[in-house]
Amino acid sequence: MGIHQREHGLLEIRDLRASAGENQILKGISLTVNPGEVHAIMGPNGSGKSTLAQVLAGHPAYAVTGGSVTYKDGDLLELEPEERAQQGIFLAFQYPVEIPGVSNAYFLRAAYNELRKARGEEEADPIDFMDILEQKLKVVEWGPDIMSRAVNSGFSGGEKKRNEILQMAVLEPTLAILDETDSGLDIDALRIVAGGVNKLRSPERSFIVVTHYQRLLNYIVPDYVHVLAEGRIVKSGGKELALELEARGYEWVTEHATAGAGA
Amino acid sequence: MTAAPYLNEFEAFAANGGASPDWLAPVRKQAFGRFAEIGFPTSKDEEWRFTPVAPIARRQFSAPPPASVTAAELEPFIFGHPEWPRLVFVNGRFDGGLSHLPGLASGVRCGPLAEALAADPSLEAHLARHAPVEQSAFTALNTAFLREGAFVHVPAGVQLDAPINVLFVSTSEAADSVTHPRNLFLVDREARASMVESYVTLAPGATYFTNAVTEVVSGPGAWTEHTRIQRESESAFHVGLTHVEQERDSHYRSFTLAMGGAIARHNLHVRLNAPNAETLMYGLYLTRGEQLVDNHTAIYHDHPDCRSWEVYKGVLQDKSHAVFNGKVFVEPEAQRTDAKQTNRNLLLSRGARVDTKPQLEIFADDVKCTHGATVGQLDEVAMFYARSRGIPLPAARRLLIHAFAAEVVAEVALEPVREELERLVHERLNLLSE
Repeated sequence: MGIHQREHGLLEIRDLRASAGENQILKGISLTVNPGEVHAIMGPNGSGKSTLAQVLAGHPAYAVTGGSVTYKDGDLLELEPEERAQQGIFLAFQYPVEIPGVSNAYFLRAAYNELRKARGEEEADPIDFMDILEQKLKVVEWGPDIMSRAVNSGFSGGEKKRNEILQMAVLEPTLAILDETDSGLDIDALRIVAGGVNKLRSPERSFIVVTHYQRLLNYIVPDYVHVLAEGRIVKSGGKELALELEARGYEWVTEHATAGAGA
Repeated sequence: MTAAPYLNEFEAFAANGGASPDWLAPVRKQAFGRFAEIGFPTSKDEEWRFTPVAPIARRQFSAPPPASVTAAELEPFIFGHPEWPRLVFVNGRFDGGLSHLPGLASGVRCGPLAEALAADPSLEAHLARHAPVEQSAFTALNTAFLREGAFVHVPAGVQLDAPINVLFVSTSEAADSVTHPRNLFLVDREARASMVESYVTLAPGATYFTNAVTEVVSGPGAWTEHTRIQRESESAFHVGLTHVEQERDSHYRSFTLAMGGAIARHNLHVRLNAPNAETLMYGLYLTRGEQLVDNHTAIYHDHPDCRSWEVYKGVLQDKSHAVFNGKVFVEPEAQRTDAKQTNRNLLLSRGARVDTKPQLEIFADDVKCTHGATVGQLDEVAMFYARSRGIPLPAARRLLIHAFAAEVVAEVALEPVREELERLVHERLNLLSE
């Protein structure tokens, strides 16, 4: 599929199938992500793109019914969600969860220290952690006030998404999965969020960017674009594929896919 | 006849007068008469539908023997700073050695009630004048045996900086005995005070009965914070009434933490006697084993332009049982009342049970009143969110349970009291089984 594909990618998804209850949502997805690559996953509503993101992070609501996912040469599907995070997977939620009663600073430091513990590193005390935070807050153009508020509690839609990117900046994942991070953002929030992501791009860090709209990809320019329809990848290409989709609509690829499946 | 076991005790108590003024004898006598008349409630009584009184009613409790407690034994139970004023009662008796009574602002009275009864004729106007004995056998019984407890009087305009600790300690000698702690807190016009009333035990397995009544009068424009911590033995019985009278422009805020008792019941009744008074009621109950913790609250909006805001939360494990009943009465003249009441429960096991009943009775038409109750488990999505950040399952559970409880503790106004409560709640929740 990809031109730069290696023998072993950072992430190798092979014929992945997953369901929620009776409902089969992913019907055989294959995808390889190499270090430093940005893959955009596009598709109409209900195509399974958010499910793919959540299955990779280990959401317990989904059952994997077939296929395999190899991450850093290990079986990803064997791992608990926290183990995946400890090994460098980060999911930016489409709907970040509000946790009243826990400050943003406490939550983020707890997560940061769990990752450090898992790597056998020393935990950061609140004062050390404030120094780290100070740098990371710049990624999303925020002041320190946000840290004393309860996690996402009463945050605007834009603040919630910025908070996801802040968490990502602090936790420094190897593979970041952004699930519709652009949904519900006005143009200024989108610029800040996408700017944050771009500051975190590096040759060692890979991204899977799930989005319904091409708009986000003007800011976060992908290396590859994949189109999902009815639980399968029906078309893959370079960044220009997103523009073509924008111009021609999803029917263009999904009709083609249905015809292909029938042949 | 449920009063019989208490009759001899009362006659002996009444005969020696409990070293008290003349006006009190008929008050006690009348209260005992009322108790004898109505007897302990049964499950047919709507107010006691879910909380069995039989284990208390059928036992014979005696007066506790004196006991001595060392400062070292008491130390872990001293809430907050050791320099805060502190009244300590051991098995119902005042212990001057363990108490700490530094010089307080001019005119402030803070001491044992028995002493004040002998010395202070002004008590007659308030003591046993607010908490009604007619409807409650427990209040009647407490009033019949009224003698000891804390008396705090903060005169007009005086602002107390440090909270006053009132600490009731039960020792192993208290087994099979009953105490009737009686407190009176008077916060006069424009005065400001914070009281922390705690019930603790040095004998975690002991069975005894605490039957407490506290009367609070918050004068015009007064600001009162009242924290009540119930950490009795988990084999003990605890019944308490806090009765509050509020005057114009006064602010009364209550925080009750209940985590002890085999059967524990607390009634919090607030009467808003004048316009523009404000009441905040926060509660947290943490139960485990087969504990039953019951909170009944009632707010009487009798005048216009008053506000009441109530949030009670519970975390229940094992086969424990919680009861919440919150009544808000809004009388016809109480226009522009703003009242909100919430009860939220977190059930950590299948065997745990909650009976919750928020009740609004509104007879005025221009009011803003809401109420709601929830009973649920830990939010799966929130749990996944925390785990997806690398926080392992047990820690994620703890984090969310702490968060649930912390939200209500955060409402305590005085920072040192709040921090101490946070520590206490944290400690208790850390014992949760995974």
